[in-house]
Amino acid sequence: MTFSRRQVLAISGGAIAFAGLPAVPAFASLAEDAISEFTGGTAPGAGDLSISAPEIAENGNSVPIEFDAPGAVAVAIFADGNPTPKVGAFTFGPLSGSRFASTRIRLATTQNVIAIAQMEDGSFQRAEANVKVTIGGCGG
Amino acid sequence: MAKGVKPRVKVPKTAAAGDTVTVKTLISHKMESGQRHGDDGALIPRSIINRFTADFNGQNIIDVALETSISTNPYFEFEAVVPEAGEFQFTWYDDDGSVYEAKKKIAIA
Repeated sequence: MTFSRRQVLAISGGAIAFAGLPAVPAFASLAEDAISEFTGGTAPGAGDLSISAPEIAENGNSVPIEFDAPGAVAVAIFADGNPTPKVGAFTFGPLSGSRFASTRIRLATTQNVIAIAQMEDGSFQRAEANVKVTIGGCGG
Repeated sequence: MAKGVKPRVKVPKTAAAGDTVTVKTLISHKMESGQRHGDDGALIPRSIINRFTADFNGQNIIDVALETSISTNPYFEFEAVVPEAGEFQFTWYDDDGSVYEAKKKIAIA
């Protein structure tokens, strides 16, 4: 099979356009949808919110994460590469000693873990951590 | 009621009034995500704990909405203020309607 010069140009041009797309995880838009559901469409800013997760998780079935969100009333965690991006939402009560919590989550694949904090004044903050997962944790 | 569910909670026995203490909780539960397939190829239905609350003398400390991405045997660590002697109450709510409870007393030293 031979290609004309025109065909070769068309094919290679298409390939370049495809390769140039940003590497978006397959479920990223689902996560963004879930986040805007939590924030009510408000764009979150940066702040004191921090999330820590291991850089490399060998077992995606149980990845320890923790967050600290001074001044937050609620914190929601999202995983943008999971089939269901919502992980959990933490609401703090009057006897909460700090806005810190730690838990263990499932990650299907290498992805970002995103924390969104709702502050006392109604604004939102966002922080994320990238986790490389060796063995995914969503079964199959 | 799911089988073999056992809550475990770790809090200090004593604290000074107004102190912040660290609370660790773990409950044995499969947290079936609804994403897995059984031996016969059929999808195993979701069965998770969907809510966890911690209170002290009736006042809330933390209220967590759990989704399927929380690991098997859900573990939480957080901090609580202890204004007076009293009792921590921990409650887990299962998808099937079961409620699991644990209580821990704390004294003022």
